[in-house]
Amino acid sequence: MAVIAAAGKIEIGPRGAGAWRRLLSDPLGAFGLALVLLVVAIAIFADLLAQYSPTQLDIRNRFSGPNAAHWLGSDHLGRDTFSRVVYGGRIALWVSLIAVSLSLSIGLVLGMLAGYGPRWLDNTLMLVFDAVRSFPTIMFALAVVTILGPSLNTVIFIVVVTTIPVYGRIVRTQTLSLRTHEFILAERALGAGPFRVLLHHVLPNVIGPALILASMEIPVVITIEAGLSFLGVGVRPPTPSWGSILNDGYAFINDTPWLIIAGGAPVVITTLGFTFLGEALRDIFDPRLRRE
Amino acid sequence: MAAPILDIRNLSISFATPRGSVDALRNVSLTVPPDRIVGIVGESGCGKTTLISAVMHLLAHNAIVRAGTIQFEGTDVLTMTEDRLRDLRGRRMAMVFQDPMTSLNPVVSIATQMIDIQYRDAGSTQDKLQRAVAMLRKVGIPDPEQRIQGYPHQFSGGMRQRISIAMALLMNPALLIADEPTTALDVTMEAQIIHLLRQLRREFKGSILFVSHNLGLIAELCDEVVVMYAGEVVEQGEVRELFHHARHPYTRLLLECDPARIAATTRRLPTIEGSLPDLANLPGGCIFAPRCPQAYGPCASEAPGTYAVASGHTARCFRVRDG
Amino acid sequence: MRWHQATLLVASGCAMVEAQANLLEVEGARVRFRTLGFLRALIAGAKDPYIDAVLDVSFAVRAGETFGLVGESGSGKTTLVRAVLGLVDLWSGRIRFDGSEIVDRSDAAFKPIRRQISLMFQDPQASLSPRKTVRSSITEPFIIHNMADRDLEAEARELLGMVGLPVGLLDNYPHQLSGGQARRVGVARALALRPKLIIADEPTAGLDVSVQGEVLNLMNELQGRLGLSYVIVTHNLPVIRHVSDRLAIMYLGRFVEEGPTAAIFARPLHPYTLGLLGAVPQPDPDKRREEPGLMGEVPSLNNRPRGCEFHARCLYVQERCRVDAPVLTEVAPGRRAACHFPLAGS
Repeated sequence: MAVIAAAGKIEIGPRGAGAWRRLLSDPLGAFGLALVLLVVAIAIFADLLAQYSPTQLDIRNRFSGPNAAHWLGSDHLGRDTFSRVVYGGRIALWVSLIAVSLSLSIGLVLGMLAGYGPRWLDNTLMLVFDAVRSFPTIMFALAVVTILGPSLNTVIFIVVVTTIPVYGRIVRTQTLSLRTHEFILAERALGAGPFRVLLHHVLPNVIGPALILASMEIPVVITIEAGLSFLGVGVRPPTPSWGSILNDGYAFINDTPWLIIAGGAPVVITTLGFTFLGEALRDIFDPRLRRE
Repeated sequence: MAAPILDIRNLSISFATPRGSVDALRNVSLTVPPDRIVGIVGESGCGKTTLISAVMHLLAHNAIVRAGTIQFEGTDVLTMTEDRLRDLRGRRMAMVFQDPMTSLNPVVSIATQMIDIQYRDAGSTQDKLQRAVAMLRKVGIPDPEQRIQGYPHQFSGGMRQRISIAMALLMNPALLIADEPTTALDVTMEAQIIHLLRQLRREFKGSILFVSHNLGLIAELCDEVVVMYAGEVVEQGEVRELFHHARHPYTRLLLECDPARIAATTRRLPTIEGSLPDLANLPGGCIFAPRCPQAYGPCASEAPGTYAVASGHTARCFRVRDG
Repeated sequence: MRWHQATLLVASGCAMVEAQANLLEVEGARVRFRTLGFLRALIAGAKDPYIDAVLDVSFAVRAGETFGLVGESGSGKTTLVRAVLGLVDLWSGRIRFDGSEIVDRSDAAFKPIRRQISLMFQDPQASLSPRKTVRSSITEPFIIHNMADRDLEAEARELLGMVGLPVGLLDNYPHQLSGGQARRVGVARALALRPKLIIADEPTAGLDVSVQGEVLNLMNELQGRLGLSYVIVTHNLPVIRHVSDRLAIMYLGRFVEEGPTAAIFARPLHPYTLGLLGAVPQPDPDKRREEPGLMGEVPSLNNRPRGCEFHARCLYVQERCRVDAPVLTEVAPGRRAACHFPLAGS
């Protein structure tokens, strides 16, 4: 009888205050959280932090090193690098936030439909997911850019399409295991329709792992955006982006090293922050995945 | 009387938990004589699982042995080295678990598993396989030469439990511990397994410690019975004596509650009022006093000792002492 | 078509007589499960890639009675009650509840029935949504059936009162409840819409003998107070003997015997029933059995034996049993058995 009870149990992670305490007591998690908060704060208060417009030219002061007027120096068009980094962070976060929430929501819906719906729907969706995942991301991205032209929206579109299967798969697996649980049968026995079951009883149980996955996906999206912009097929100039700053730095590496540092460091910091935070959250909310 | 196979004296075990120390076993004494089937009966939370883990010395990490000894064939299990213990387990004492699906390795064939456990013995693999086949035949697996090459999932629940019993008996242990071995089985399978255990015991020298919550199975199989409640042995005695002349109020209530013992059909089934005491915060006095319909003067304040009812029959109750 | 009309005529004729008595009528229920996918079956050349989990089952539950459904694992008892509620698809057969027939098998058609019949689950902890409070679990039936305009807080308090739980538990989550409490919450939830029939799947499984009485007594008390009918699905024969009025014994998805509980326990008609009753261990050391009773195992549904499906295990098997399948027929008044040589006759 103990066996029956144990098999039916669903792990319940800690809630509220307990989770916060455990996050802050994990040094890497706390460090990650601090980095993430820093990056987010800079992006939000970009208008206050930047003394210049990111696109304001000042040809006479090209390639200046860090000084009181330009904290991180200026680029080949005399634009203030610090302002461009700050506004570039806004772009990076904006892109990743939009892309991740879009692919998360679509992935959740499709994953739950695949897991709970009829067999043929599951098979079809899985086929589509596999097909999408089997394209190399960069090749797919270049093809899409060629068709749609480079823009912020194209970057978001690419990221959304390629990451939907990631969420879709994990949500489908969770849903499949949930649907055999007795409480789902109990809901159906009460007369609850499939949409009520999915919304009220499946969603709360699958959203946790999906959100953790999403927080670990944000740095990936940031690097994809930076990478595409670096290749010149991402955000259109003169809009600032960490990737295009890096590209400028690469082109003018003989004139100044500061552009490379200013474009690269924020990518590293943001990626590390979100990764540490995501791993700490996963350890707290999904103890089964912890390595001990 | 011959020296007992297993002799547990005044065993007390606690668990360190975030809520404080939980006294799971208190002052437990019991003996298993050679060639006897001793049944431990009790409801959830009575400590029977802790007791058998202690005998196998497989206690959880947060368990603390406060007092007592567990003598197995004359040596104390609790002070044995891990090497000696490993040698003992499987060879001198063996265990049959509740769920044979989880106690057999799902990805290894029965033949390999049964040859593996004979690793300490000399002899060719062929000999070991023959012994395994012979043992499977004894526990009633049809066509054992072929079936032994199969994997656990290819057998039904009843057959899997027969295989676990065969594996346990393969090394001819002095003590077989059976922990609710039929709980996962249907009633007709259960009857067959009990019948099998009774048959096997005529063939094998050895004792059985049989743990169950089912009074019917205890009556059916055991020679002696130990009744546990909330971490204490409240009554023990020979099986007939105990079923017909139970003295402890808990044993009596437990027997009364069993629907199989109620002759005239009734819609109002008896229950035991109240609930188990909190083992982290034990009340003084008799452990059963708060639920006992016969509690009187000393029960609430003083803990009863173990008093003899008849030869080999004791109960931990003041009513026995005071007549 | 003609056949259909004819049965309808007969059925309506019967309904005139029995409508008051029978709350639930199941006729010729059959549930099949696919064992192979469509493509695989085609490749393997399997003509019939199905197993019959429930076969040819007809029974009726009268208003106010407790009907016991007994069988070993794999006998189809749980599948049968789930089919009644439309939780698994009925392959063929008819279900009438309270005089009206369920015409099609859509969720919409079953919705009214799911309001009048509640299902109580074996593991109450697992049957409560893990991230919902007790309040939200026991008031959910009202929301599902568009009755959210009621005073849900008052309903929740009343329901907890009916099952003897303190109101303080309303904000607890399932994992914060004890086994007994969770079971009572399960009862409260089943009672929410004031159903006429409660189907209880193993209501005492996993409970200690000293507390299983509490749950059964509560169910009995509620039956008296609210005029409920019960279908109790169980393998626990000692319990069902006390709490049921009538009983059906299932084997390989079929009824092998059906009748008043007291009569079945006193004098079983089918050899399987006899074997089942004999397998229950008696808590009396003076009544030890020397024989193991029923030998062998329940055959696989994939490979149903010919003739009487019980013949290989039957102690009274005769030549006819190996070739000729018996049908469930009335052997004595109110008692049916599927056996060529029912025991009471010999």
